[in-house]
Amino acid sequence: MAETLMFNALREAIDEEMARDETVFVLGEDVGHYGGSYKVTKDLHQKYGDLRVLDTPIAENSFTGMAVGAAMTGLRPIIEGMNMGFLLLAFNQIANNAGMLRYTSGGNFKIPMVIRGPGGVGRQLGAEHSQRLEAYFQAVPGLKIVACSTAYNAKGLLKAAIRDDNPVLFFEHVLLYNLKDDLPNHEYILPLDKAEVVRPGKDVTILTYSRMRHHVMQATKGLEAKGIDPEVIDLISLKPLDFETIGASIRKTHRVIVVEECMKTGGIGAEIIASINDRLFDELDAPVLRLSSQDIPTPYNGKLESLTIVQPKQIEAAVEKMLALKV
Amino acid sequence: MVQERTLPQFQAAIAPITAADALVLYEDMTLGRLFEDKCAEMYYRGKMFGFVHLYNGQEAVSTGVIKSLRSDDYVCSTYRDHVHALSAGVPARNVMAELFGKETGCSRGRGGSMHLFSSEHNMLGGFAFIGEGIPVALGAAFQSRYRRDALGQAGADQVTASFFGDGTSNNGQFFECLNMAALWKLPILFVVENNKWAIGMAHERATSQPEIYRKASVFGMPGVEVDGMDVMAVRTVAQEAVARARAGEGPTLIECLTYRFRGHSLADPDELRSKSEKEVWLARDPIKRFEAYLLEQKLVSEGDLKDIRDRIQASIDEALTFAEGSPEPNPVDLYKYIFAED
Repeated sequence: MAETLMFNALREAIDEEMARDETVFVLGEDVGHYGGSYKVTKDLHQKYGDLRVLDTPIAENSFTGMAVGAAMTGLRPIIEGMNMGFLLLAFNQIANNAGMLRYTSGGNFKIPMVIRGPGGVGRQLGAEHSQRLEAYFQAVPGLKIVACSTAYNAKGLLKAAIRDDNPVLFFEHVLLYNLKDDLPNHEYILPLDKAEVVRPGKDVTILTYSRMRHHVMQATKGLEAKGIDPEVIDLISLKPLDFETIGASIRKTHRVIVVEECMKTGGIGAEIIASINDRLFDELDAPVLRLSSQDIPTPYNGKLESLTIVQPKQIEAAVEKMLALKV
Repeated sequence: MVQERTLPQFQAAIAPITAADALVLYEDMTLGRLFEDKCAEMYYRGKMFGFVHLYNGQEAVSTGVIKSLRSDDYVCSTYRDHVHALSAGVPARNVMAELFGKETGCSRGRGGSMHLFSSEHNMLGGFAFIGEGIPVALGAAFQSRYRRDALGQAGADQVTASFFGDGTSNNGQFFECLNMAALWKLPILFVVENNKWAIGMAHERATSQPEIYRKASVFGMPGVEVDGMDVMAVRTVAQEAVARARAGEGPTLIECLTYRFRGHSLADPDELRSKSEKEVWLARDPIKRFEAYLLEQKLVSEGDLKDIRDRIQASIDEALTFAEGSPEPNPVDLYKYIFAED
C-alpha cells in the first residue's frame, strides 16, 4: 500500500494507461510543460514526448473536435479541461460529435475518449469557475458521466474510463485533489457503472456524489450519535445511473434523500427522482427529498458561497425531518 | 451584382493527363451531377425528406481534390456531402439508400442527407453544423502524424481533406484549426468551396477580406486560389498540396471559386441571387467545360462520353431501385449504436 494524494492517483492512472497502450494520449491547456493546472499530468511530457502529452492552444471547441477525429481514426485521447467550466466552449463538439456521432453514423465509428478535469464549487472562485456541468451534459445521448470522490476510486475509475470505447465525461472536484488514500500496489480497475455503498444502513438512503459524499459522511456522525442508521451511496456513475444498487437500497430503507452540488433545476437529483417515481414509487414511504445547490450563479463572497451549496448540518436536519414523518 | 472576382488562369498544358485518368475525373463528376439530379427529382416527388443540399456546379472541386487522394486518405465534409462521399468511393446505392432512410444506407438510415459516414472508405462524415467538421478532420490528420512520429510507423503518411464553404471561413473553428495545423505541420488540405453565398448571405457582406486564400498567410501556411469550375486546375493544386502534406511539410488552404447551380437546399426559394450572376456561372459548367477539353485534346470521342453518361445513369437507376427495395431499420434496433458495445 502507498499513501497517495488524489491528483497523484489520477496521474498514476494516466501514466499506467499510456505505458500500457501507445494509442492513449493527453491533450489540453497546459497539460505538458506546465504539468496541468492541478499537476495531474506533471512530468508526463518528459516521459512520453510532446505529441503524446500535447499542449494545445486555448481553443476548447476545436481541440475537443480534434480529439473526436483522433478517436474516430483509432487513437484514445484524454482531454483535460483545465476547469470543466471551460467545456461550455466545447459544448457542440461534446454533444454533437462525441455524444451523438456513433449513433448518427449508424455504428460506423466509435469514439473512445475521456474528458476529465476539475469541476464543482471551490473556494471563492467566482461563478464561471464554479460550474457543475454534469447536469448540463446529462441529456446528451451517448455520453457516460462519472464523478470520482476519493483517491482510490479516482485511479480505478480513470483507468476504466480510458479503456472504455465510449466518450466518458470524468468529473474530478477542485477541492478533493489533496485527499489521500492507501492505494494497492497492484493494478486495479473499478467499474464505471457501479455505485458505491459507502456506509450501509437501514433507516434512509442518501444518494450523493463527488464532494457532497464527504459532506454527507460528516452528517452521518451527528446522525449516528442520535441513533440513526443511514445508508450512504456514492452514485459514481451519473449516467447511466446504477439502479440495481439504488433500487436494492430503497427496497430496504423506503426513504431517499438526494444530496448534490449541482443546481436544483434540471439537476442530477431531478433525474433521479423522476426515475425513482418511474421504477420504485410503491417502495417509498415518504416523498424523495432533494438537497441541491441554490439556483444562482455561485457568488464570490465566502459566506454567500457557503449558503449556496449544501452543508452537513442541513443534511442532518433533513434526515431527521424525514424520519420524523410517520407513515 | 457585386463585381465578380477574376478567376485565376490555368494552363492545362502544364498538367498533362492520360486518357484513363481523365475518364476517372469525367466519370466522377458525371456521377455527382446525375446523382444530385435524381435526388432533386425524388425530393420533389415526396420520396426523400429533411434538408437536402445539392452539389450541382461544384463537381470539379470534389473530383479534383478527392481523386488526387489515395484510398487510405481521409475525407471530411459538411451538410452538402453526397458528392464528396461518392468521390471517396462510397457506392451510390448506399448513399441513395441513406437518403431513403434505409438500413442499407451508409449510415444505416440513422444519419440522413447531412450525415453520411463510411469507415470503410475513410469518409469521416457529413457534419451538419458550420465548421464542426474541420476539427474532426484535424484530428484525423493529427492521428497520421502521431502514428508516424510518436509511434514510429513509417507508412503513416495519410492525408486528410477537409471541405467547407465560404460562410465557414468566418467561424472560429476555421481559424483555430488553421493555427493548430500549421503549428504542428499536420497533413491536411483545407478546401474552401467558395460558392459566394451562405444561404442568403452574400460572401462580401459577411467578411472583411473576401479573398479567403489570403487568410492562410497569417498562419505561415500556403494559400492558393483556384478556378473551382476547372477540374484540371483543382486537380493540379490538390496534387501539389497532397504531396506537400504527405512529405510532412504541413497543410494548405485551397480556395476554390465555384458556384452552386441550385438553391442552398431544396427548401430554399433562392430569391437573392441575380439572374445575370447565375448566367455567368452556368456558362462555366465544369462538366461541359471538361467535355470540351477532352474532345479538343482528342482523349475521347462524343460517343465515348455518351456511353459513360448512359452507364452512370443506369447505375443511378440501379441505386434507386436498390434504395427503394431496401428494408427500413428494424424498430427493435432503435437504441442500437448509442454505445460502442451495441
